[in-house]
Amino acid sequence: MIKVEDLHKSFGKLEVLKGITTTIKQGEVVAIIGPSGSGKSTFLRCLNLLEEPTKGRIWIGNEEITDKKTNIMEVRQHVGMVFQHFHLFPHMTVLENVTYAPIKVKGMAKAEAEAKGIELLKKVGLEQKADEYPSRLSGGQKQRVAIARALAMSPDVMLFDEPTSALDPEMVKEVLEVMKSLAHTGMTMAIVTHEMGFAREVADRVLFLDGGQLIEDAPPQQFFASPKSKRAQEFLEKML
Amino acid sequence: MNVFTMSQGRMNARVNLDFSQIVPSIPFILQGVIVTLKIVVFAVLLGFALGVVLALMKIGRIKVLAWFADAYTSVFRGTPLVLQLVLIYFGIPQLTGFEIDAFPAAVIAFGLNSAAYVSEIIRAGILAVDKGQREAALALGIPYKLMMRDIILPQALKNILPALMNEFITLTKESAVVTVIGAMDVMRRAYIVGGQVYRYIEPLLIAGLIYYVLVMLLTLLGKALEGRLRKSD
Ligand SMILES: Nc1ncnc2c1ncn2[C@@H]1O[C@H](COP(=O)(O)OP(=O)(O)OP(=O)(O)O)[C@@H](O)[C@H]1O
Ligand SMILES: [Mg+2]
Repeated sequence: MIKVEDLHKSFGKLEVLKGITTTIKQGEVVAIIGPSGSGKSTFLRCLNLLEEPTKGRIWIGNEEITDKKTNIMEVRQHVGMVFQHFHLFPHMTVLENVTYAPIKVKGMAKAEAEAKGIELLKKVGLEQKADEYPSRLSGGQKQRVAIARALAMSPDVMLFDEPTSALDPEMVKEVLEVMKSLAHTGMTMAIVTHEMGFAREVADRVLFLDGGQLIEDAPPQQFFASPKSKRAQEFLEKML
Repeated sequence: MNVFTMSQGRMNARVNLDFSQIVPSIPFILQGVIVTLKIVVFAVLLGFALGVVLALMKIGRIKVLAWFADAYTSVFRGTPLVLQLVLIYFGIPQLTGFEIDAFPAAVIAFGLNSAAYVSEIIRAGILAVDKGQREAALALGIPYKLMMRDIILPQALKNILPALMNEFITLTKESAVVTVIGAMDVMRRAYIVGGQVYRYIEPLLIAGLIYYVLVMLLTLLGKALEGRLRKSD
């Protein structure tokens, strides 16, 4: 589903990703973990070309998105992204946030988009907030709306960049629950997270990044019980 | 103040203010409000539209356009407004052979001048919108044009509304310089009345009052607009 081959990314002289190769299968849930600055966000942002890779190739489905001929905007419609700080559109209501892109980008009829939007808001437990503005929501509610907004484009893949890191502890669970139920629907998901319990429970695989390199790629049971590399061992010691 | 109320009679006598001769001319001066407002409204529209375009050029990726917009701003902010006005009024006939009326000349001069200031305000407003908004739009596959129109600019405008109102208020007051090219605005009419009755202070005070009321109305309008935009807070 997602294939990454020898992915490099530099910001000026700073090489942040130093050749990452991996595959994420259809319906797989992959947790990406690693120390701060290891390149997790950059890796994720390369997958929808928010960052342009310096070198290497990426396929989503059968399409090579790093091919110059590929329409980036079109690719992004199939790849949903959820950010640490939600980035809801503050001047639109919750429902407008969810329906804007389907209507304006996909050309979906308004009534249809709204019906689907309400459906999605139900799924994240927020249909009663449809006409509120984001400023009236808690962090956890905002993030759930952001997930619904991304899902409204019917993406094939969902990327999450530390979706719970900006939340108060009591709101983390509601967002993780939504993500968990999404994982059960067979959505392909790549999740950068510091929630080790969640990664262990929900992920099919754990990717451990350090210094821009993919150090370990293993099922969570194996990774958490017996990490092979010294760097992963040290990282887990600090986290747990 | 106190001094004024205590000795009002004496001051009247000394300063010798007498509005009675002017009263019949007040409607004549007031008609200038239409002229002033027409110039200001059209200039604001022109200045705003052009200002948005210039701002987009400044933040865009095309170097030539960014350079042009910066140069434009620099020239229009770096020279006196009254000079730009006179240059357009007398310059256009000389260059093209076509006479230009005071009204269109004023609209063009104020519009072009205002665009320089407005573009700076809008540019700053766009840059002040959270970077995440752009990323969220990109991640949804929203094209640049739609992103600017529906996501970035509305948020930028909300933040810069006070600064924009300020610019338009300044424009309203500055519009009084159209007098130099003979447009029949409030200011010019006050002069004319002054010339007729050989009393300048009274008609000019009336003109001042009119400008002040206009500015206050604009201020209220701005507050109302701001209130409407803040409904999402
Ligand atoms: N746009 C950019 N320009 C320059 N350097 C950048 C840019 N984005 C990221 N970096 C640098 O790249 C490195 C990796 O950043 P990245 O955000 O991918 O790390 P991360 O693993 O997500 O860290 P964190 O856990 O703190 O979010 C860091 O050193 C960061 O400073
Ligand atoms: Mg990060």
